[in-house]
Amino acid sequence: MIEVQKLTKAFGAVRAVDDVSFTVGKGEILGFLGPNGAGKTTTMRVLTGYLPATSGTAKIAGYDVHESSLEVRRRIGYLPENPPLYPDMSVASYLDFVARIKGVAPAERAGRVNAALEMASITDKRKELIKRLSKGYKQRVGLAQALVHNPDVIILDEPTIGLDPKQIIEVRHLIKSLAGNHTIILSTHILPEVSMTCDRVVIINKGHIVAMDTTAGLTAQLRGGEKVLLEVHVPRGKDKSALHNMVAGLAGVRSVQTQALDGTGRYRVEAECEKGHDVRSALAARIVSQGYELFELRSVRLSLEEIFLQLTTSDEIPAAEGTKR
Amino acid sequence: MRGLVAIYRKEMGHYFVSPIAYLVAGVFLVLTGFFFYQFVAIFMERASEAAMQSMRYGRAPEIDVPGMVIRNFFGLLGTVILFVAPMLTMGSYTEEKKRGTMELLMTSPLRELDIVLGKFFATLSLFALMLLPTALYQVVLFVFSEPRPPWRLILAGYAGVLLLGAVLIALGGFLSSLTENQIVASMTTFGLFLILWVIDISARGSSSAMGEVLQYVSILRHYDDFTRGVIDTSSLVFYASLIVLGLFLTQRSVDALRWRRA
Repeated sequence: MIEVQKLTKAFGAVRAVDDVSFTVGKGEILGFLGPNGAGKTTTMRVLTGYLPATSGTAKIAGYDVHESSLEVRRRIGYLPENPPLYPDMSVASYLDFVARIKGVAPAERAGRVNAALEMASITDKRKELIKRLSKGYKQRVGLAQALVHNPDVIILDEPTIGLDPKQIIEVRHLIKSLAGNHTIILSTHILPEVSMTCDRVVIINKGHIVAMDTTAGLTAQLRGGEKVLLEVHVPRGKDKSALHNMVAGLAGVRSVQTQALDGTGRYRVEAECEKGHDVRSALAARIVSQGYELFELRSVRLSLEEIFLQLTTSDEIPAAEGTKR
Repeated sequence: MRGLVAIYRKEMGHYFVSPIAYLVAGVFLVLTGFFFYQFVAIFMERASEAAMQSMRYGRAPEIDVPGMVIRNFFGLLGTVILFVAPMLTMGSYTEEKKRGTMELLMTSPLRELDIVLGKFFATLSLFALMLLPTALYQVVLFVFSEPRPPWRLILAGYAGVLLLGAVLIALGGFLSSLTENQIVASMTTFGLFLILWVIDISARGSSSAMGEVLQYVSILRHYDDFTRGVIDTSSLVFYASLIVLGLFLTQRSVDALRWRRA
């Protein structure tokens, strides 16, 4: 349904989106995950035809988003980062206006407006002026606007921003219920949102795709990279760096962090392991054989949150700082 | 076409709840009402003076009061709308950009021309509605003058005001589409109209070749024909071309938003 190939968008010298390719199948929900400024909004704007790509192509339902922009625009519903609302209009007349400009047939218009109100659960606010609504309600009017013409493809830029926890859950349920009949791309920087609503995830950072998989697959793929947590007592004649080097020297260990535990002479060691390497027994054997005292050894699985941080934080920020957040 | 109508309806709805539209219309009507009263008073006084003189010296007074009032009134209207039109057009596109609703319009299956024409006709309708109460002044003239004033003169005057207004709205809309700031839009539009006005004034005094060219391109000089009751084809063509030019430029500029938006 959506095909993006080698898409690049540069603003002057800055490449906001760089060589991005992905596809979304019919009825799928794709999560677009990345920190702020990663290029999510830019990608969405190119898909909706609001911005031209510098190079590369994007197709929706077989139509090029730039060449056949009108055909593409007929098929998409789009909620931009800031919901595009007219504050002086009432909710119902705003949705009626959007239905008109989206080309909904006159006979179906009233029905579609009611359906959109219903879906966004704002039927009781239909007569209210948009400027009198709270931020959460405005966000929902924005969502209703993207659904009013029953589009094949729905593009949502941070749909749950500004909502309270209860509303967030409602909106997630709504998005999930739309899948199947609609193809959906949603962007977010909130991880649980992706694991709860999306079939597949694209993680993007600084304009590049850093990972792309199903939600389960992504977790599994990186779960191979497990973390081993150790608590070791260092005997006299050995020090922290010797311990550090010993653990780091073991095959299959990617990175090591050592931290002294106050007043006990013990150290806490976090060893991150490569995919498919179970280093636990080898590690235990080596520690004991070299005269250290092993107090604890356990493996910790990386949460999606840590995976996300791992993929999107650059090298200059120490991983320890990241994982504490 | 459906898109054009939708935009038109939205714009009209917006005008009816907009304090700016009411304020502009109110000021416009107070100004024109005051000047209408002044013109009537001045020409009545002049006519009665002439009548007194004719009693003394025996020459018949030849002052056509309603004709003079109508001509001067429309002449003044032409100047007043130079100041009013920027207020009507300044928000046309700047507001949409500031609210982010331009993104909605641009990602909807609308042609740029639908947006441009919908907005143009809406502003023109508001302008016509603003003019409507001034027809009352003409009714006053009809009721109290003997013989009746020539209605063709009044119709030609309104045709001229509407055409001049349409030119100004088309050009003002274009300037509004260039910026995101209402103040910038209104000031540049105002500046442009002021230049047009100054060109007209300087051209009137001059008899050089340059002066004649300026007189021909002066939008107010063509307007004078209308206030004298003359509807000249060349004036119609001139105004129509300016309207088309303004709308064309606006359409290009809206289209260009797709290319340069950051």
